Amino acid sequence: MTDALLEINHLGVRFGAVQALSDVSFRVEAGTIHGLIGPNGAGKTTAFNVISGLARQTSGQIRLAGVTLDQLPSYRRTRLGLARTFQNIRIFREMSVLENVLTGAHVQTGGSALDILLRLPRFRAAEREGVARARDILQLVGLESRAESGAGDLAYGDMRRLEIARALASNPKLLMLDEPAAGMNPSETQALRDLLLVLKKRGVTLLLVEHDMQFVMQLCEEITVLNFGALIAQGSPQEVRRDPQVIEAYLGTKTAHKLEQKS
Amino acid sequence: MSAFFANLLFTYQSLIYGLGINAILGLSMYVVLAIGQLSLGQAAFMGVGAYASSLLSVKLGLSFPVVLVAAAGVPAMLALLVSVPTLRLSGVYLAIATIGLGEVLRLFYVNWDYAGGALGLSGIPDRGGFFTIFGTLALLLAAAFAVGRSRIGRAMEAIREDEQAAGVMGIDVPRYKLAALVISAAIAGIAGAYNAHVTAFIAPGDYAFDNAVTILSYALLGGIGSPLGPVFGAFLLTALPELLRPLHDYRLVLNGLIIVSVVIFMPRGLFSWHMRRIGAAK
Ligand SMILES: Nc1ncnc2c1ncn2[C@@H]1O[C@H](COP(=O)(O)OP(=O)(O)OP(=O)(O)O)[C@@H](O)[C@H]1O
Ligand SMILES: [Mg+2]
Repeated sequence: MTDALLEINHLGVRFGAVQALSDVSFRVEAGTIHGLIGPNGAGKTTAFNVISGLARQTSGQIRLAGVTLDQLPSYRRTRLGLARTFQNIRIFREMSVLENVLTGAHVQTGGSALDILLRLPRFRAAEREGVARARDILQLVGLESRAESGAGDLAYGDMRRLEIARALASNPKLLMLDEPAAGMNPSETQALRDLLLVLKKRGVTLLLVEHDMQFVMQLCEEITVLNFGALIAQGSPQEVRRDPQVIEAYLGTKTAHKLEQKS
Repeated sequence: MSAFFANLLFTYQSLIYGLGINAILGLSMYVVLAIGQLSLGQAAFMGVGAYASSLLSVKLGLSFPVVLVAAAGVPAMLALLVSVPTLRLSGVYLAIATIGLGEVLRLFYVNWDYAGGALGLSGIPDRGGFFTIFGTLALLLAAAFAVGRSRIGRAMEAIREDEQAAGVMGIDVPRYKLAALVISAAIAGIAGAYNAHVTAFIAPGDYAFDNAVTILSYALLGGIGSPLGPVFGAFLLTALPELLRPLHDYRLVLNGLIIVSVVIFMPRGLFSWHMRRIGAAK
């Protein structure tokens, strides 16, 4: 309990009349894959936005590795070890795949403005180093053959993998994935699962939002369930799957049947 | 006879200077557009550079390099003042904040007797010239390419495409926007100084809103896939009215028609080649 990487305390978010999150608290332990699930509109993406600094909470605190994030702009949070992907893919479409990953490595990439203007050897060395690292990351996600392609020309599943590669380039402690398997075919989903396990082995902590229940249940050691902005359950996949409130929240949906069959 | 040739030379000389100066202005516009911001103050910044440099030349007789430092520095400081309040807002607010800048400054010049009031300033010494102007253009182009093909260029493109996502990449977006506007104002100010010192005369109305739109159209015509786009756009729009001169009254109509067709049919500009944003081979 002591080595929580991410601590969410009594988080509340209101958009006008919509209470998108109310009094949500949970902790993500370092080195784990933590699931954040809930029906459509439950507030999962809102939680990601607030944690990454794209939206502001109306109450509560967020701490990453003991540092309070609340007033920090998103770029400072990234520098503290936070990275994320977007549910509605937001890669830089007019750059190449490789350039996208290099952009993700912005903070890591060396070279002062003067080095750049004079194209000093140390600037060029830093660029070469960055490119080599970016290619390694692309290889890890299985996009190495598309490195020179325009990011906007990728197939949907590849764009999702590029989002992950770009996020990994910042060397995050915590990587938040918003529906990474959405729109992927079964073999792509399988490859994604393997990738997430590799990342975990490498020490990246993962916070995973995903509607594919089988995917979530297989990967996560801890799951937090939201419904209408409130936390309704928390625990291991086994506990969450049997929770009456969770079953009720998903009732009538295909997922509910899957959940019930499994428990 | 010799007067005729001198005249001819003079005509072409001013066209050639115009090509170089407007290309520098195109680059100043590029620096802002490349980061997804829209400034309608480039003509105003140019005017500040022109007035600051001309006053120092005419009234104090300072040497041209010193004058150029002021031509870049004074508009840069003005840009700093203008952009700080708009930094955290979207790009449109910068356009709105800069839209009135030219008009405010025009009224200021008109009422500033020391700077010649409505009549403007004349007798500005002949400084700069061909090699200075085109040397500056070449240097700025090289700098724009060097910066574009680095982590700074990638950050600028990221901000242009998706500001929030760029922030999530660890890019300090407000700082980049501020730097881009300040640098673009400095570049426009230098163009203003060159222009003032080759034409010998400046007036309050030279840097109004329509000039800002002309500078913007250099970039729209050329495209912003690389710094070359706005430079070619400026060349073309500066030369076109001269090339179309035989058409007399129709030339402005055709000129406008060409610009509008490019914007409609080639939204990425005539020169849509996209520069690579990595600063080392392989
Ligand atoms: N910027 C916003 N302004 C107003 N309301 C918002 C905003 N963002 C989210 N909401 C509302 O907050 C609620 C939670 O939305 P959110 O996108 O976080 O859900 P989600 O759990 O990610 O759903 P999904 O599974 O469909 O992605 C919804 O009712 C949504 O309409
Ligand atoms: Mg969502």
